[in-house]
Amino acid sequence: MNEKSKTRVKVAQLHRAIVFPIPGCPGCQHPTIGRIIAEVLEELDLDGKAIAVYGIGCHGNIGAINVDGIEGTHGSPPDVATAIKRLRPNSFVFAIQGDGDCLAIGAGSFLSALARREMITIILCNNANYGMTGGQLAPTTPIGVETTTTPDGRSVAAEGYPIRAAELAAVFEGVAYSARGALTGPKDYQRTKRYVRKAFQKQIDHVGLSFVEIISACPPNWHCRPVESLRWIEEKMIPIFPLGEFKDADRLG
Amino acid sequence: MEEIRLVQGNEALGWGALAAGCDGFFGYPITPQNEVPEFFAREMPKRGKVCVQAQSEGASIMMLFGGAGAGFRVMTSTSSPGWGLMQEGMSHLACAELPCVVVNVQRGGPGTGSVSGAQMDYRCVTGTGGGGGYRNIVLAPASVQETHDLVQLAFYLADKYCNPVVVLSDGILGLIAETVELKAIDFGPLPEKDWAVAGRDRQKDGERRFLNAMPAVAPPRWGYPDYLSWLEHLGQKFEQMAQSEVRYEAYRCEDAELVLVAYGYVSRVSKEAVNTARAEGLKVGLIRPITLWPFPYQVLRDKADQGCRFLVVEDSLGQMVDDVRIAVQERTAVHFLGQLSRHLPGDGGMILPDRVLEEIRRLA
Repeated sequence: MNEKSKTRVKVAQLHRAIVFPIPGCPGCQHPTIGRIIAEVLEELDLDGKAIAVYGIGCHGNIGAINVDGIEGTHGSPPDVATAIKRLRPNSFVFAIQGDGDCLAIGAGSFLSALARREMITIILCNNANYGMTGGQLAPTTPIGVETTTTPDGRSVAAEGYPIRAAELAAVFEGVAYSARGALTGPKDYQRTKRYVRKAFQKQIDHVGLSFVEIISACPPNWHCRPVESLRWIEEKMIPIFPLGEFKDADRLG
Repeated sequence: MEEIRLVQGNEALGWGALAAGCDGFFGYPITPQNEVPEFFAREMPKRGKVCVQAQSEGASIMMLFGGAGAGFRVMTSTSSPGWGLMQEGMSHLACAELPCVVVNVQRGGPGTGSVSGAQMDYRCVTGTGGGGGYRNIVLAPASVQETHDLVQLAFYLADKYCNPVVVLSDGILGLIAETVELKAIDFGPLPEKDWAVAGRDRQKDGERRFLNAMPAVAPPRWGYPDYLSWLEHLGQKFEQMAQSEVRYEAYRCEDAELVLVAYGYVSRVSKEAVNTARAEGLKVGLIRPITLWPFPYQVLRDKADQGCRFLVVEDSLGQMVDDVRIAVQERTAVHFLGQLSRHLPGDGGMILPDRVLEEIRRLA
């Protein structure tokens, strides 16, 4: 057994929901999101009945978590998850999406799933850019931020305003839970984990669709070092993407 | 379930699906196939099965992706413009090797075109509309009974090859009503869907399943070591479909000197013209492809070798005629009677038997 496979066994023992370390660039917080999901799945004893749905983008790397998984087209996870949950109502079905997947190409799928009150959970990884394709403008790019397709910074005149998904989801009658968390320190990690846990519980309790947006650092495309990316989140993202719970319903009308 | 009743072509798609044990229908309204989602919305809840009106055709096809990936028999239905919207999903399904049934009740085109029947999608349905050069079997019924039966075959072939199968109807076939024997057809055993996502605890080996359409990045489910060995497997599967699944009807062809080639509603029109021409002593027959892909090249080539000439009758500007030309390879003449020979100049016209007969007499 070589060194690599030894590590793999160790990780598997620590968390039965993670099969191998989730890949990511230095400072990428997607693996942390994967870890939170894996921890909550284990704590709620859901990993054996969970089916994860992924779209296209860096968030797909979270597919390393050890649950049944299916990767749809760009933007389609709410549609794919809808069919699985309707046909397998006893399974625990959650979708992981990036900001482009959920709010640009897949906006129609996202909004329609919210409206239909699909009994699924959607986790949105908001890193304010298209990471996999090299750092282009995303629906969540803050105004003024340079990307490869907004070389002079996002301007309101040309690109308009970022979409606030957690606030948007909370407006829908079919949504049981909507929250936004970050991972800039241990306190935020624990708070975000509580949000994910609550969101998963809403599905178990059959209340309605549950949604958690998680702000996730992308140092390579933000052109900063990992430690600086945490400050970047606090300075550039939190002011327009405030953290907290936007809806928490025990029963829908 | 064994019953004879008067059924509309579009509803026969639904009865056939129920007979095949369809678990879920996902669709978006579009004329002239609206009776299909309406049928499922009425019939599925009664049976504890799933029917969802999706927010678009792009969503319908990806709901099929989820449903098929979870191991269920799923189906969608659309018409020409909606077919275009489904193509990314079709390519994705073929790549992930997920079985499902997709119905296209053709209307006139291009663009939004007309809401009346036509046969203008042959090329994009048989040539595969999405990227990447995958293939899908295309079944073309010519009656309401055959619609009912071919939908069942479509589910079987989809499961057999782990691939989407298309049923190509049209606005005329979809809206006519005929008596149909509603009956479940047994096509034989199929392999277990042990690749489906169901939750790790439900997997016999306790190992997680992961389905995706990115074989170059993530390992495809059959465990091929690299992209090219997986592509080779996919190519062999398409080749096996092409070799094994050709279906056609040869009608009064034995001594025919002129062979008509037509599918769908136009094949019925052509059959009537053949019968009248035969009564006049003309040596005419009809070959009706039932699978448009794989196309029955060999039977046409054999007829060409016997010296037969061909008349392709098709309610388009000429699409299937290309496949007939490929089959015949300039051994004999291939004539064409198309959409411009309809009986009305508006979009509601059809190619009628008299017009086909006129062409037969001219060529005989």
